[in-house]
Amino acid sequence: MKFSQTVPLAARALLRNKTRSFLTMLGVIIGVASVISMVTVGEGAKARVAGVFAAMGTNLLIVLSGSTSSGGMMGGFGSMPTLTWEDLRAIRRDARAVRVAAPVLSSKVTLRSEDANWTTAVVGTTPEYFQIRALTIARGSPFSDADVDSGGKVVVLGETVVTRLFGAGVDPVGRTIRLRGVPFSVIGTLQRKGQSPMGQDYDDVAMLPVSTFQAKIQGALGKYVPGIIAVSAISPDDTYRAQAQIIGILRDNHRLTSATEDDFSVRNLTELATAQEQGTKALTGLLAAIAVVSLVVGGIGIMNIMLVSVTERTREIGLRMAIGATPGQVLLQFLVEAVALATTGGVIGVTLGVVLARVVAERLSLPRALRVDMALVSFCFSALVGVVFGFYPARRASRLNPIEALRSE
Amino acid sequence: MSTLASTSAPRPVIEVEGLTKTYELGDTVLHALDHVNLRVEEGEFVAIMGSSGSGKSTLMNILGCLDLPSAGRYVLAGRDVSKLDRSELAHVRNRMLGFVFQSFNLLPRTSAQENVELPLVYAGVGSAERAQRSRAALERVGLGDRLQHRPAQLSGGQQQRVAIARAIVNRPRIVLADEPTGNLDSKTSDQVMGLFQALWSSGLTILFVTHEPDVARYASRVITLKDGHIVTDTRQQPRLVGELSKGAA
Repeated sequence: MKFSQTVPLAARALLRNKTRSFLTMLGVIIGVASVISMVTVGEGAKARVAGVFAAMGTNLLIVLSGSTSSGGMMGGFGSMPTLTWEDLRAIRRDARAVRVAAPVLSSKVTLRSEDANWTTAVVGTTPEYFQIRALTIARGSPFSDADVDSGGKVVVLGETVVTRLFGAGVDPVGRTIRLRGVPFSVIGTLQRKGQSPMGQDYDDVAMLPVSTFQAKIQGALGKYVPGIIAVSAISPDDTYRAQAQIIGILRDNHRLTSATEDDFSVRNLTELATAQEQGTKALTGLLAAIAVVSLVVGGIGIMNIMLVSVTERTREIGLRMAIGATPGQVLLQFLVEAVALATTGGVIGVTLGVVLARVVAERLSLPRALRVDMALVSFCFSALVGVVFGFYPARRASRLNPIEALRSE
Repeated sequence: MSTLASTSAPRPVIEVEGLTKTYELGDTVLHALDHVNLRVEEGEFVAIMGSSGSGKSTLMNILGCLDLPSAGRYVLAGRDVSKLDRSELAHVRNRMLGFVFQSFNLLPRTSAQENVELPLVYAGVGSAERAQRSRAALERVGLGDRLQHRPAQLSGGQQQRVAIARAIVNRPRIVLADEPTGNLDSKTSDQVMGLFQALWSSGLTILFVTHEPDVARYASRVITLKDGHIVTDTRQQPRLVGELSKGAA
């Protein structure tokens, strides 16, 4: 008997009992479908997290001021300004792993156009900030170093602010808005960025030169930076080096002895992103493990039914042996039946899993991340399940004594 | 076993010497076959008779290479098959033997032609040749117009004829039949035995087990077993089909 002949033979045996064959496959179908959909959804979640961190900025580090301590109450980082403008210059100058750094001063301020007003986060910064946060200009242009030097009354608006002040889709470049009664010229708008994982609207923002911010909105604190410093490392791999260098520079500048704690804090957002990614990875792994367990359960179902089938078809097996089937051929026939069950279930499961993953991804508005390798792997795994769990029943069939098998009812 | 001397045919297809089969049942040892000697020439039509427990089924199983003897020698068409392993025995059954059973043993929900093709499948014959040979075999048993019928759509006699077609499709040296008419009425029995006679007259060697003397009359030689021994072995002028039913009527 050639191997190619076993497949139609198996197909015929399975089609003789369609309902049972389908119910047996169901275990594998569900197993494979869940592997595919779980992994796809997990990958989608991972892609979204990665996207969120990309939106926050590239290789981002944030330097915060130290904490106040009044009467034993620790005020938390940033509550007491300890960062100085000299610190910023030193970071820009001396930290080798730092690409650019920018001060970020911010305050809630009400903006007024001719017929509307809107309170938003107004950020005073330098042009480097656009680079750090990976902000792109949709219309007009960003402000320049010259604007920072001259304290130019120019502003770049996020899309939400544009919509609130001028209406959706209006180009506000060249128009004038007022902050605290001071007229500002809108010179650019930001490309939409959407929401942060916490639901914060990245587009609800207005940005102006840091000098203008200090002159017109917050008031200066002399040598101290009344905000944070945002830093971009030269590459994702350099964020830890950048962090260490910044800490060194600031400890020097602040003349901290080795016994003193840092009076500032450097947050590495890449670290956070990595942690998040690890989290989703672990989740994906967990989901896949559950799915694999269900596949194994499906395999046990196949073994169960194949054992029943061997018992039921004992007489048929006896006949096949009498007319010349070798034990090896009988083994092969039942093994092929089990594998056919498992792989047919695998194909249906892959199809179902892909559809399911699409639906779930759409519902959760995750990016679609179908992994073809996962589909292949789970299909092969289902075949393996067929071989492993089909072997015992097939071996039992092949070891039957033809005389006794023929006599059985 | 004096009967062996009465023939001088040069080509024995079955040669059995000192064939013994014992079963151990607790403390007692049961001799199902006890030093049986038997020689069957090519082209004989042998009926094996005996009451239940006489050892005739055991003998058929061993002659059919379904079982191995405890002792003794079995030479089938010049080849000693008494010490083969299970796979080798399967090959011998497939290439040299054809089986017909009392209860037909056709695969249900499978067409007559596919049933007949089964031995060819295990012989590794290609599908075109299988179809051609199975059709020829079914035509030979008079079922050329029933190729696609399923066993459930056929009468008992027709089912047994499908089984006979399956037994001869791989051109065996011997056809072994175990109570082939046991499940059939006398008229259908007649037809089936007539078919065996036709196959026999075309040169096939046939052995069959029966407990009905009437059926044994169709054979050219009748062997009777009792307690694991051959007690009678006679050659006879076989009664041709039709004679028996006329005689009975």
